[in-house]
This record gives sequence, structure tokens and C-alpha cells, in this order.
Amino acid sequence: MTDQLTRRAAVGEDRRRADGRLKVLGQARYAFEQLPAGAAYLVPLLAPVARGRITAIDAAAALAVDGVLGVLTHENAPALPEHARPPLRILQSPDITHRGQFVGGVLADTPEAAARAAGLVRVEVDAAAHDTALAWDHPDAYVPDTVNPDYPAVTEDGDVDGALASAAHAVDVTYRTPMHHNHPMEPHTTVVTWSDAGVELHESTQHPHGVRATVAELFGLDPETVRVVAPYVGGGFGGKGQLHAHAVLACMAAQTVPGRPVKLALTRRQLVPNAGHRTPTIQRVRLGAEADGRLVAIEHDVAEHTSRITEFAEQTAVATRMMYAAGARRTRHRLVALDVPAPSWMRAPGETPGMYALESALDELACAAGIDPIELRVRNEPETDPSSGKPFSSRGLVACLREGAERFGWAGRDPEPGVRRDGRWLVGSGVAAATYPVYRQSATARVRAFGGGRFGVTIAAADIGTGAWTVLAQIAADALGVAVEDIELRIGDSALPPASVAGGSSGTTTWGTAIVTAAQKLLAEHDGDPPAGAEVTADAPPNPHADDVAMHAFGAHFAEVRVDSDTGEARVARMLGVFAAGRIVNPRTARSQFMGGMTMGLGMALHEATILDHRHGAIVTPDLAEYHVASHADVPALEVHWIDEEDPYVNPMGSKGIGEIGIVGAAAAIGNAVHHATGRRVRELPITPDKLLGLG
Amino acid sequence: MLDITLTVDGVTRPLAVDPRTTLLDALRERLDVTAPKKGCDHGQCGACTVLVDGRRVLSCLTLAVQQDGAQVTTAAGLGEGDGLHPLAEAFLDHDALQCGYCTPGQLCSAVGMLDEAGRGHASHATADVAAVPTLTDEEIRERMSGNLCRCGAYANIVSAIREVAS
Repeated sequence: MTDQLTRRAAVGEDRRRADGRLKVLGQARYAFEQLPAGAAYLVPLLAPVARGRITAIDAAAALAVDGVLGVLTHENAPALPEHARPPLRILQSPDITHRGQFVGGVLADTPEAAARAAGLVRVEVDAAAHDTALAWDHPDAYVPDTVNPDYPAVTEDGDVDGALASAAHAVDVTYRTPMHHNHPMEPHTTVVTWSDAGVELHESTQHPHGVRATVAELFGLDPETVRVVAPYVGGGFGGKGQLHAHAVLACMAAQTVPGRPVKLALTRRQLVPNAGHRTPTIQRVRLGAEADGRLVAIEHDVAEHTSRITEFAEQTAVATRMMYAAGARRTRHRLVALDVPAPSWMRAPGETPGMYALESALDELACAAGIDPIELRVRNEPETDPSSGKPFSSRGLVACLREGAERFGWAGRDPEPGVRRDGRWLVGSGVAAATYPVYRQSATARVRAFGGGRFGVTIAAADIGTGAWTVLAQIAADALGVAVEDIELRIGDSALPPASVAGGSSGTTTWGTAIVTAAQKLLAEHDGDPPAGAEVTADAPPNPHADDVAMHAFGAHFAEVRVDSDTGEARVARMLGVFAAGRIVNPRTARSQFMGGMTMGLGMALHEATILDHRHGAIVTPDLAEYHVASHADVPALEVHWIDEEDPYVNPMGSKGIGEIGIVGAAAAIGNAVHHATGRRVRELPITPDKLLGLG
Repeated sequence: MLDITLTVDGVTRPLAVDPRTTLLDALRERLDVTAPKKGCDHGQCGACTVLVDGRRVLSCLTLAVQQDGAQVTTAAGLGEGDGLHPLAEAFLDHDALQCGYCTPGQLCSAVGMLDEAGRGHASHATADVAAVPTLTDEEIRERMSGNLCRCGAYANIVSAIREVAS
């Protein structure tokens, strides 16, 4: 049993980022920034069609290039186990299952030679008919067994159709969100050395131990002989949560040059079809309410895609199950397996697209019923979790809405859409709610006394920009009763005790709990004064309250939007978020997490879309020129606040995850503001100028 | 291979390069200079920004041989001695970074941008292109828009730059 962390000297302290100095100097080494003698460079070859079969590969010209060491194809690649995840089983047959799939790689002494030779390899294919287009009524749509990570795909409580038929106010609307890409600034990179002694990977990953386990399994190695190093990771947003095929290709190439490091950095065009993405969604939301706005029915029906070779079912409607009280509720997910790359995790999978639809529909209901959108949400606040019946460990949604309304200046807002004009700009404001679950995974931490009140803390956590380097030391300091400066933290290396993925906003909860557990044990074993050399390794126990309470973070987004009535350009003038996420471990890094989520939500609302040309099954937005992520000029000053929330159930620190909730609901707040500004309800993201033309 | 000389953060570094080698690859893959980052290699993200003879340059879009004899300043060389540049200090105070991968490029770009503004260069956000520009937040955002940050630290980057600019 781990006790609550009662000392709060370091936890809660506003501190500079521990790795900040190295990062502003550019001296924190990311995966690719290894320059060992004799390194070779790998450039992948991509499938030129969405479906088909390779009939011939002519590598003669490539092999003749000075400095080329080899060309890897399905004809000479090592065999991988049949049971491996299909997206990782590259180069095992001539079959092509999506456009841009890895079909080979060129290894050379220099990057220039590898790139030149890759352009000389001729891949001939027999193309087959493909299908990359998601449709609501697609004949192949099916209901999966579960959705990510293990929720039921369908839920039903009460008589939804009956309640909708008799509702005083009803909304029946369909929203569409496009395919999205994570696009961390550091592309997926691997530097791998294969030798008889073992395999060492410098990998840009959110999960060193996960990469170790997967590489060991794929290549039949003892995991103890595989080491994965990732002290600094240039963003991930879920896209580096699992090992992707590039690392398999790099390992295959490294086997051909034992002892020689092989370096692979994906270009954006190679990354986009091979490192995960968020599925497009089509979401029908039906809401029924009494005259006073109290919901009697909620239905959320989702269609989304997966790859024909592997199933990933984004949990888009899951948040709808616990957000609001309504007697009758139904949610369903349907998938269509297409000839597309495998979808995967992207920041708040499920909540991000799902809460966009639900919170937009709530706004539509508020307009239909003539009720303030904040009041509508307050009236539908459930007493217990509607999906489980359990009490919430804490639920700060109403507090966030109220505090946000005060800070944003919501009072007195005229609900009439399309009537505020500033020159040629139409002005409006919108609100939306946010939520994200509290997940805890498993992890092990080691705490060692160095003497003199100093301690070493080791755990194979990954800091992908979240602040783990900073906050884990703060947590350890309070757990051990010393100053942060007395903690020597090591993370980001699979040689350290195993840690869970930096995902699901679970890092601080999981790793912090492991650290507190180990620290408390060490102190208890030595009457509070462990001698130099004393050491304890301990696991984070499962949450003892997991069966008794529902644990979620909440938040509220407010946005003011200006729309150019001539061009249809929508711009966010200001944005404010208030969050209830338990105890904030470090205000400075936490603010950045929330702000970063809101910024990505702004991009989702107005800019981001991966566009498939279905004629060719090709992604035609495969780089940062075509896929617009929000830039400086798009983002106004953002305000971030949080409420003080004490939650003794979630973990010893009382903290909830904050990496994802900032994006959840943000796009809905902006879309709702666009409606308030213009009177036009755009139900397909992103809200680009073409959708706002003709406003007059 | 061609013999060139680059002066990187004040240190003279002679090297022989393939004529196809970009300045970015010469720095990263030949000289082990890690501050300029490769985010896109196509001039779309700004992570590779360095100062060449004081002006901001996308090092992925210039060949190393074109820069023979140039003075290259990276984020590692912005400060005096062991001290951090005031902008780097402001980045730490304002938490203007998360993953840190775009950060050296943002810093080099900010230093170059402040110099451009100081010399009276106009931007798309400048109302009166004949006047000396005032560095409003809108001006800072416009002039920094070549540097993407996927973690979404923009609001903090702008406040850090504003503090130093004023």
C-alpha cells in the first residue's frame, strides 16, 4: 500500500524545466544525433500503389552507385514471425497493402549516396483495385469486438428512440473529421547497431521497454540483449507510442552490416504513410431534451476506418458515455477496413474527435432550446458516472465552466448568431467541455541512497516534452523528504527499471506512483535514514480504488473567433481554458501541456487535414507544406487556468494526467464560436475559408 | 569531395564535403553539431535555422559548398562564454519549449528576426512599411511563422521574445 504524498514542498512548485538548458543550447541529443565511426545510412523504398503485388525489383543501378552497401527487398529480407503485428511484417512478401508502405531500403556509406541510389531502384508492380474511401453506408462496415484500449464497441441503456420521439427539443446532426497526422517535430528516427553481443537502438520513442520487447520478439532475441536509449524525444503525441515499421527496416539493414551503426531518419513523405495517424470519422449525434434542456436521450454513432491488415478502433464515442446525465443512451462504433496505412494513437484518441462532435451537438441543442450553453451543461451534470454508476473521485466540470465564464467575460453574451460585426469581421464566442480519463499502468522504480541526503532515482520513463525530467524529480524529492537538487534522476533507457508508455496521460500517475512506492519502502526499511548504498526497487501497485470510483479530469474551453466575411477566413482572437486535473505538480510545465493541447485543437478546428486522393489511394498532403499545423501567426495569446482540486483516489500525488485534455473539446469551442459569429454551422473539420464563403 | 571551411560558433572547422551535402547535414553528420535540427529537410518547419554571417538561414536549403568561408552561428553559440543568451534565459523563464526539438531554430530565428526589425525591415504585418516597425505581438508572430512548434509553445515563445525585445 502506497501512502498519499503528504509533504508538498517540491510538488506544486513552479520550476524551470530540468532539461531546458540543454535544449535551448541544442545539446540534448535526440535519437539520430549519434555520430559513431563507420555509420551507414538507410533510405526506405515506398510502395507506388495502394494495393497490388511487386512483380520485379531492379536494383542493379542502385548497387552500382559508389558507397552503396546493399539493397534490402522482400527477396532478401530476414523472415519475421507469422504472429507479429501485420504493419511490422514488412518485406515478407511481394504484396502491397497500402500506398507508401515500405517495400525495401538502400544502405550506403553516406546519406547522399543512399538517397541517390534509392532513386535508381525500379519497383514494378501489378496494381489491384483498391478502396480508401470511408463512407457512412459502406457495405463492409462492421462492429469491432472492442475499441481502444478495451472498451465495448456498443453500449445501450434505456429506450433511446422512444425518448427522442417524445423530446421537447431534438438534435440530429452528423459531423465529419478528417484523417490527422501527429507530425512531431522530430521525425521517427532510429540508430541501431547489431552485433553478436546484442542490439542497441537509439530510438525516438515514447516507450523504451515497449520497443525492446517488440524488437526482441520480432527477431527472436533475448530482451536482455536489446537496449533502447531515448533520453530526449522530440515530441510524439501518440505517434511514437508503439514501434513502427521503420525500426524493423533499420534492424533488418543493421543485420547485414554487423557491428556497424545504421542510421535512419524518415522524411515527412516516408513518415506519413508509416507511423500511424488518426482515423477520419463520421459521427451522427442525436440528442433529446425536455423543455428545460435536461437531456432524455443521447445517441452517438460513429463510422471510422482501419487498415485492411490490422484493426485499430478509435474509441470515439466512449467519452459520451460518461459526460452527461440522460435516461437513455446509446453509443456504437463501426469500422471499415480499407487499403490505408494502419491508424494508431494520436493525442487523446477517441476523446478528441468524439468530444468535438458531442460538444458541437450540445451547442446546437442550446441554440435550439434557447438555453445558454453553459447552463445547459450544468443542468445535465450527472450525480454519478452514467456509464458505470460509480461516484466520481472528483468532477470539476461545473467549476471549470463557472470559472471560465467569469474570466472570459461570458456574462451578458448575446446568443444571437451572426450579428456582431467589426468592419468586415464577424465576431463570436463559443464554449465546450473537456474530459480525459485517469489511467494507471505498471512501472517499476529504483531508489538508491547516495548518502548525505542525496538519492538516485531510476525508471525507464520517457520525456517527450511533457516535463517528466522535471516533475519526477519533484515527486521523488517530496517522497524522500529532500530538496529537488538532491535527486539524481535517470530516465529514457531500457537498461533502467521497466516503465509504461508515455501515453494515455498516464506517465506521471504511473511513474510517480512507482517512485513514491519505492521511496516510502526505502525510508521504512531504514527508519527514515537509509545509509549510502541502500536501495529499493518497487512496482507501482494497481489503484486500490479502481473498482469503486470513476476517475476523470475535466475542463472547459472558451474561444473568441473572428471570421472575415469577404474571404471566409476564421481566426481565433483569444482562447481560454480552465482545467480540473487534480494537483498540479509543476505549474510552469503543466501550463505548457494544457496550452499545447489547446494549440493542437486550434489546428484541428481550422487547419489540419490529411487528404487522400481516392483515385490513387494516395495521401496528397504528405509534408508540412501541405498539412498545415498551426503556426505562430495562427495562435493568439492563450489563457490557461486550473482549479484547486484535491483528489485522494487517483494516485499518491493527487494528480491527474494533463497531456491530452487540452486538445479535447478545443475544436468544438472554436466551431461553436464560428457559428455564433456567422450563423453558419460547419459540421466538417477543418473550418477552412471555402466553408465560410458567401457570408456577405 | 570539395574542401571547404566553416566557422561554427567561433571555431574554424575545415572539412571535405560531397557537393550534394546540405549545410544542415554537414553540421549534423560531419561536424557533430547538434543544435540545428532536421524536422523536414524541405524548408517547411524552421528547425534547422542557423545564422549565417548574422542572417537567419534554413540550413537544409543551402548546400555546404555555397557557405565556404561563412560564419555559422547555432543556438549553442548565441551566448557569451558559458552564459546563455538573454533569449534563451527568457525561453526557460516562460517555458517556451516542451520537447525542445524546434527550440534551437526558434532561438536563432528570434535573434535574426530582432536584428531584421532593428534594421527597419517590414513584414506582412507591418501597416506602414516606410516607418520603423514596432514589434507588436502580431509582428513577432508574423516574423516567427517560419518556425513550427508542434508542442504548441507559441504563446510562450512570443511572450519570451516580447520580454527581450522590450
